[in-house]
Amino acid sequence: MDDKKYATLEQEISPKPPLFQNIIRAFLTGGMICLVGQFIAVFYMTFFDFTERTASNPTVATMIFIAMLLTGFGQYRKIAQFGGAGAAVPITGFGNAVVSASIEHKSEGYVLGVGGNMFKLAGSVILFGVASAFAVALIKTILVKFGVVSW
Amino acid sequence: MVKKGIMTFQTTPSIASTGVTAGPLERKSPFNEQFDKVYEDERSDLTTNEQGHAKMIEDASMIALSKIDATPSDADYLLIGDLVNQMTPSNFCASSLQIPYLGMFAACATSVSSLLMGALLTESNLSTCALAGAGSQHNAIERQFRYPVEYGSQKPKTAQWTATAAGIAVVTPFKAGVPKITKGTVGRVIDLGTTDPLNMGAAMAPAAMDTLQRHLKGHRTKESDYDLIMTGDLGETGFTIFKELATRQELDISSNARDAGEEFYGKDPKFLAGASGAGCSSAVYFSYVYNEMMKGTYNKVLLIATGSLLSPLSYQQGETIPCIAHAVELTMK
Repeated sequence: MDDKKYATLEQEISPKPPLFQNIIRAFLTGGMICLVGQFIAVFYMTFFDFTERTASNPTVATMIFIAMLLTGFGQYRKIAQFGGAGAAVPITGFGNAVVSASIEHKSEGYVLGVGGNMFKLAGSVILFGVASAFAVALIKTILVKFGVVSW
Repeated sequence: MVKKGIMTFQTTPSIASTGVTAGPLERKSPFNEQFDKVYEDERSDLTTNEQGHAKMIEDASMIALSKIDATPSDADYLLIGDLVNQMTPSNFCASSLQIPYLGMFAACATSVSSLLMGALLTESNLSTCALAGAGSQHNAIERQFRYPVEYGSQKPKTAQWTATAAGIAVVTPFKAGVPKITKGTVGRVIDLGTTDPLNMGAAMAPAAMDTLQRHLKGHRTKESDYDLIMTGDLGETGFTIFKELATRQELDISSNARDAGEEFYGKDPKFLAGASGAGCSSAVYFSYVYNEMMKGTYNKVLLIATGSLLSPLSYQQGETIPCIAHAVELTMK
């Protein structure tokens, strides 16, 4: 049997990812995480001296803290298996990537293990996040310069 | 005459005893009752996953030896392997047991490749007691081949769960009343160009079929001669493809073929397509299959352990997944 024939057979038999179900689950999971985030933001604005703009920093920190606990107690991967991209895309997914790598490499010590591998997965998120932020900022700067939009 | 990997053992080396250990999650396995030792802690109360992995293989070896009232000093060879880089768990186990050691690597097909090596050494009168087998530990293997264990990534239904288990068989010269190794077939590497490490069963199925066909042809036997034909860890997807390939080759294995990986976790959907790992086939072959042969349920079985010979590096470099399957035939009478 040649490669092409086998690829056809393999695709016929291998179960397809349930696309519609995955999308719904991702929507619900991602939405739920954002809803919790919104509650936390409102909490900071109501009980502390934060505005809508400044509340985002403590909110993000709190969300990452919750993701850290869930990862440590082995729950985040279960949420992710259910929610897919809905659990990966929000900031909690970033937290999970950092914390899971740290837990994993603790056995190799704090410097070479945790320190050296903490950003193993999240490193590319940071790199491409910064790079794309630069590109977007550049475009906006040019548009503002020509008076198309304002800051 | 060219043998092309087809082996017949005239002296019928025997499997005098076996030892199987497994992790706490493996209690969910329908084969749980057959395992000799199931740990409360997946690292067996040691510091690292890798230490727990080594301990599991060592305990399985000691259990197998103790069943024939032997100690490591009575053994001639230790033929074991695992999936960790440079097989350090096997190396540490060998360091502790102090049995002359040949590290064996055929990925998840090591259970059978090591058994064949044990049979060869025994057949050529170079060994009276050889320990053969393999093991895998979920956390230690996942971190090497995939993401950190706690990392949240959605796995498809075709993905498999690396089993935490180890199985060891003691191969001795002919002995009455225990399963005997009569024939074997060394696999060829088969690569039909699949690249998805989350569908390893589909990658390995053609290798298993190639070895099955070569075994039947090389030894002039029929698929219906066997009470059981058991593949190693094709999982649900791979095993379905394997059966389809068999139908296309006009082989009727519908009544006697089973897959250890598919059945390992009782087809629980939480484990997706089932179990994989070097410990999966070794644990099932050396506990359930061995015990059923001793009971007389099966007289003649063909075990085809399957392994995908990829590394995280080869996968990331865009290479395909080369796969292998080794077969061994056991008879009771």
